Amino acid sequence: MSMMANTLGAASAQRTNEDTPEKISVRDLSFFYGESKALKNISLPLYERTVTAFIGPSGCGKSTLLRCLNRMYELYPKQRAEGEVLMDGENILNPKQDLNLLRAKVGMVFQKPTPFPMTIYDNIAFGVKLYENLSRAEMNERVESSLRRAALWDEVKDKLNTSGLGLSGGQQQRLCIARTIAVRPDVILFDEPCSALDPISTSKIEELIDELKDQYTIAIVTHNMQQAARVSEFTAFMYLGELIEYDRTEKIFTTPSVKKTEEYVTGRFG
Amino acid sequence: MATELRNMRLYRRRSRRNAIYMGLSLASAAIGLSWLALILGTLVINGISGLSLSVFTEMTPPPGGTGGLANAIVGSLIMTGLAVLIGTPIGTLAGTYMAEYGRYDKLTPVIRFINDILLSAPSIVIGLFIYEIVVARMGHFSGLAGALALAVIVLPVVVRTTEDMLLLVPNTLREAAAALGTPTWYIIAKVAYRAARAGIITGVLLAVARITGETAPLLFTALNNQFWSADLLAPMPSLPVVIFQFALSPYENWRDLAWTGALLITFAVLTLSVLARVLSSKSGGER
Repeated sequence: MSMMANTLGAASAQRTNEDTPEKISVRDLSFFYGESKALKNISLPLYERTVTAFIGPSGCGKSTLLRCLNRMYELYPKQRAEGEVLMDGENILNPKQDLNLLRAKVGMVFQKPTPFPMTIYDNIAFGVKLYENLSRAEMNERVESSLRRAALWDEVKDKLNTSGLGLSGGQQQRLCIARTIAVRPDVILFDEPCSALDPISTSKIEELIDELKDQYTIAIVTHNMQQAARVSEFTAFMYLGELIEYDRTEKIFTTPSVKKTEEYVTGRFG
Repeated sequence: MATELRNMRLYRRRSRRNAIYMGLSLASAAIGLSWLALILGTLVINGISGLSLSVFTEMTPPPGGTGGLANAIVGSLIMTGLAVLIGTPIGTLAGTYMAEYGRYDKLTPVIRFINDILLSAPSIVIGLFIYEIVVARMGHFSGLAGALALAVIVLPVVVRTTEDMLLLVPNTLREAAAALGTPTWYIIAKVAYRAARAGIITGVLLAVARITGETAPLLFTALNNQFWSADLLAPMPSLPVVIFQFALSPYENWRDLAWTGALLITFAVLTLSVLARVLSSKSGGER
């Protein structure tokens, strides 16, 4: 327990005043894979410019919940969500909601780095071109600022025209983050962004998430409890499709109110 | 001590078995390769003497006269090219539907099944089919009918490889593109095609290699022509049909030209296959 408390980031202690507005409110959300119910009536807020972590054992539904926030599940048949996900007051689960516009506002970084089979420059410009008509100079500027923001610029500035597939895993993941912030979303979803990375790359990504939260609302799914403790202000603990406990991260990791949460964060199961 | 001895015996027996199977595998590989070497050798020995510039510049000769295969080569190129032009767009679009838009559609497995039947349909049946619907209605043989018959052979090959190659593109890549707010058609055009490009091109090359040597579908459709003809509505000569006709003839100059034509076709197909192999191995190294 005390070990956990020590790893809590200083940042999470000082932020999170109660009057931070809710960017996203999940209300009574259920999710189905065919007949099986993977999320059971979840309700929780995501506060603006705050990092919220989803933790829980494999199969608890934390990734599913994340994929509801940009409706990524719509790519597949027989997957559907019920309930409401309000973003800035609008229900994004509304069938009339344009999926592409939604996803341009809610970016996502995946477990495995997924650079496109094109140059580093084009990887960044790809998403920008979809929604903005930039001049060459403006695009150069956007590519540079995105790469700088993702702490990758110095490593790739001399090889922007080489394939993004030639980068190391950690660099590829930062390229994906740069690509995501280049389209200027409001929200960034991280789906276990470090599980395929070495410890040094992991700490770089964590630093980056910490820096990004002054501008973006962030949700992160992680298997790594120390990581949740380090980067997030709020934590949701999920188990078997249910939200067991949602609270400030320090509370979840020091004095959780539910027995199950305590068992999980102290490593007694999961 | 005793167990150790026994283990050694087991180990030796395994080594012996390994040697036997290795020998058998090598022998069968050698048998397979030796046929290829024999075929290539026979073609080179019989065909190379006739290989000269006039083969590429002169028309097919009358019995006993001198000439080349120029009209047949050009006819083959025209019909093959046209077949690829017809078959590739339709094939890639169909494959794209099956792998992307209609991946979870109930219709897709049905299309795949029918396509696989078409893939293994005897080419002579395809020739007869085109004879019935094109040649019989036009009233005469034509290069166009030949190209159509070849296109029907190209089509299922391209459908299959396009679908297979697109299915190999990891879904995570599509999700990543979708996560940026990319419309489906743009994901396919800019990400999926790019990732599968080498494989799709390989499929087209293999389809070309396949139709380069087809004789049966052309016999009933394009027939043959002793003269230069680029007219798609007239009978058109082609290398396989000329080889077929010349090789069965009693005239020595025709038979020599048939050998030369066979040599040309074989090496064209070999080159295409090697090219396809190189391309696909390159794309394999990319990811």
